[in-house]
Parts: sequence; structure tokens; C-alpha cells
Amino acid sequence: MNENTINLIKEKLGSKIKKFVEYNPKRFYIDILPSDVVSAAKILFVELQLRFIIATGIDRPDGLEILYHFSDDKSGSVISVRVLIADKEKPEIETISKIVKGAEWIEREMWELLGINFRGHPNLKHLLLRDDWPEKNYPLRQGQGEGRKNV
Amino acid sequence: MSDKKRTIIPIGPYHPLQEEAEFFKLYVEGEKVVDMDIELGYNHRGIEKLSESLHWDQSTFLVERICGICSTSHPFAYVNAVEDLAGIEIPIRAKYIRSIIGELERIQSHMLWLGLAGHFLGYNTVWMWSWKYRELVNDMFEFITGNRMHYAMMKIGGVRRDIEKKDIPQVEKMCNDLIPALDLFKGAVMDDPVIHARTKGVGILPREVAVDYCVVGPTARASGVDIDVRRDDPQNSAYSLVDWKVIVTQNGDVFDKAVVRILEMYESIKIIRGCLSGLKKEPEGIFDLNVKEIPSGEGIGHYEAPRGEVYHYVRSDGTNRPVRHKVRAPSYVNVPSNQYAVKGETISDAAIILAAVDPCYCCTERVAVIDKEKNKKLMNGFDLIKLCQKKTELLRKMSF
Repeated sequence: MNENTINLIKEKLGSKIKKFVEYNPKRFYIDILPSDVVSAAKILFVELQLRFIIATGIDRPDGLEILYHFSDDKSGSVISVRVLIADKEKPEIETISKIVKGAEWIEREMWELLGINFRGHPNLKHLLLRDDWPEKNYPLRQGQGEGRKNV
Repeated sequence: MSDKKRTIIPIGPYHPLQEEAEFFKLYVEGEKVVDMDIELGYNHRGIEKLSESLHWDQSTFLVERICGICSTSHPFAYVNAVEDLAGIEIPIRAKYIRSIIGELERIQSHMLWLGLAGHFLGYNTVWMWSWKYRELVNDMFEFITGNRMHYAMMKIGGVRRDIEKKDIPQVEKMCNDLIPALDLFKGAVMDDPVIHARTKGVGILPREVAVDYCVVGPTARASGVDIDVRRDDPQNSAYSLVDWKVIVTQNGDVFDKAVVRILEMYESIKIIRGCLSGLKKEPEGIFDLNVKEIPSGEGIGHYEAPRGEVYHYVRSDGTNRPVRHKVRAPSYVNVPSNQYAVKGETISDAAIILAAVDPCYCCTERVAVIDKEKNKKLMNGFDLIKLCQKKTELLRKMSF
């Protein structure tokens, strides 16, 4: 079961896959380009009917990384799709919330905490922070408050 | 629509008792709810950021404090994530103990929900009885772990305390005492015509919508989505070693959500009994690996909390602190689905529909109905619950 789904994902994503890592038999990490994120979400969520769990935004020295976690509940494996937005000054990516309704909140969260602009998001407003939060102040970026200064 | 008068009913946002502060803004026309807005952030504590500054072991205690009711689910998922990162397989005795703690917690959380759901519907007897029997479980927690809440049992590489052989009969006795209580609740919900009238066909979340909103836990299972992390991906836990089944129902209304939770408690007892008999066979004392070093890499851990899947992602660069620690609680995906479930229903049902997802009940006690034009307070939370209870009373009179 597991093998089949993974092979299907490899086949459907095809040349979009830049790097494929099998961390262990139930954890897979797939690197793709930011421009492919919508079509990849379509394949994984609509065609293969994987469940979208959540997305993780990470501030790295070489850019902002987003991990979209999808779960294949039949086999219990988690497939994480990784994109790296190199432009830290004006990070932008297409929204997947038009395909995955459940991604609406987490995109709002990443927008306010990391400053990533999701193009085409229907309702991009503050979720966790207050409405008058100062602009260009992103709490989850490195060097803000406590925590390490570089990765 | 524009000539009708729309009223906004704010529910929330803040109450010292609730585990998560949320603010529901209901738009109503007459009695009908036409739209809803959800606002968060009243209690944002920055746990993810805080975790980046803590040692791997300290974070276990930090994530335990994310939620008071399901306080073992977050550390469970977190230690799973770190063990996934490092490729650790824990001793079998620790697996059994983890599952026992997880299931005891599920029972007490579901009982809490059942009591409040009963209270909202005007069945205060259900409320008092279910909280009375919940004490049995809390006492058991005190007996096993020393704490009634925040048990601090999870540890990277195992558990912190053993359940010794001499203590096992006590736990078994509690299981036996709970069964009659569960039978009582099952009868109270399944056979009562008034509860049927109040909850059946109310707040329906169809399967396609449930999939679209990516909901998890009893909310998903009541809508016919057959997912349960305990069965699908039993990371370092004993769920694959004992016999139990996942409860799935098809209708997606409030009634089905209650049924799923009640039947799940029976399964939890089954799991606890299975784990106890497994514990008897294992040698005592081996329940921790004493993990010291966490290598670099990334790990994913999830666990089926009473409310649904808890998800933790950690990344390490080989130092003693995580580089990134992402937490997703089940309510994060379950609560937005209210937006669909509550539309088209009456205000008197709103309280129970919002509560059916099991988010935080106390916020419904902070309701205030305000006339938008005059800005005058018409109703508060108690009135709304009273309205909900009055409807049941009326139905009860009609049926007899």
C-alpha cells in the first residue's frame, strides 16, 4: 500500500521533484520549486486524496522555507513538500487555500509571523496577532526576541 | 437579504477557565444564523518560539502546558517527533504505559465534554453524573502519576514512572467501576427521544466538507472519515499490540459526534485492559532509554488526542535545542468547520453545535446578544444556554 502511494506520487509529480528523501519508511520529504506548489497541491490533495495536515514556515539564512505536510492515512505515512523562497525582502508564493480550504488559517499565520505574502488568498488578515501589529515586524523570523540568532 | 435586520452575536473571547480563547461572531437574521466569523489570538503564548530557546527535555514540559484537558497528547506527539528524528525505538513496557495514560486521558476528556453537552441541552443530571464518574479517572491519574492534571509521564526515550505490578489491580478495578457508568450514559443519549430531537440532523458536517476543511478526530469520524492516528501510524505506542477498533459514524450531526465519543470510551477501556495484561508479562524496571544526544535532522510526530490529531514537527541542528518546533492542535482545523456547520441553524442550537466540535465550552458562557443599531445588550451567555435548555424542556413536554 505504502509503496504504491509513494510510486504514484513520484510518477505524478514527475519532473517537479528536485530532491526526494526517504527519512524512514513512513516519512518522506520532497523538494519542489515555489512555482509548482499549486499544481503539486492539486495532485496530492485532489487526485491522490491525501489529507493536508498543516504547513510549517521556517526562517533560514538562505531564505524562507515552507513545508506542506500531507498525510496518507491508509498507510500512516507523512509526505512533506518543501519549497524555499530565496527572496527574504519580499517573499511571495501562490496560495493553496483555493484547493485546500483547511490551509486558509495557516497561510494567514505564516503571513503575519514570517511575512510571506500568499498571492490570491481570499482573506489575508491577522489571525493570532492583534490588528494594529506594527508592519515589517515578524515574530518568527530569526533574531527576534529570545531564541537563536542564526540557524 | 439587505432589508432584513442582521444582528451580530459575539461569543467569547475570553474567560479565565477556558483552555483556548476564541471569538465567534455569529450573524443572525431573526432566529437563523446566516454567517459566522472566527477570531483567534487572545491567548497566543508563542510556544513555538519559546521552544526554540529550551532544551529538548524542557520542551516536553512546555508543550504539556499547551492544553489542560489533553495535557498528555502534546508531549506524546512531541516525544514521538524527537524519536522519529533520532530513530529511537522505546522499550515495550514504556509503550504500554504511554498508551494507558493516553487512553485514561481520553476518557476523562470525553466525560468532561459529555457533561457540558448535557448541561447545554438542559440535562443537568448527565452533567453531574458524568463529572462524578470523571473523578474516578482523575483519582487514577493521581494514583499512577502523582498528579490529577499535567501528569508529566512522557519523556524522550520512554516514560518517567513505571506502573508496578502491585498497582495493576487498582487500575483494573477502576475500569470495572467505569463500565456501568458508561452504560448509563450510552442509554441516556441513545434511547432518549428528546436528545434525539435536539441533536439529530443538527449542525451537519457532510463528508466532503469535512475532507475539505481537513478536520480530524471525532469531528471527522462522525462525518464518515475513517481516520485515527492510533491505528494509522502507531509510533512509539502499544496501539498495534492490543485489540480495539475505530468508531466511525456517517451522519455528521451533533448526535453522531456524541455517539462516537461515548463508544470511544468503551474502546479506551478495552485498550487499557489489553495494555495492563501486556504489562504483566513484561519485566519491571525497563521503561526508559536515557537518551542524551539528539542528532541533527527533522522529525514528525503525531498522536490522536481526544479532540483529534495533534501534530508536532521538530528540526535539529545537533545542538541541545530545536531549530524549529511546529505545533498544530486539533482545534486549529476543527474550529473553522463550525463556519459551515452553524450556517442555517437557529440560535438556540448554536451553543450545542459550537460545543460539538469540543473546542472550549466556557467561551459560550460569555455570549452577549447585541442589537447592532442601538448597541444595546439583549442577551448574555447564560440566556443563550437557557434558551437552549428551554427548547429541550418544550420538546420534553410535547413528547409526554
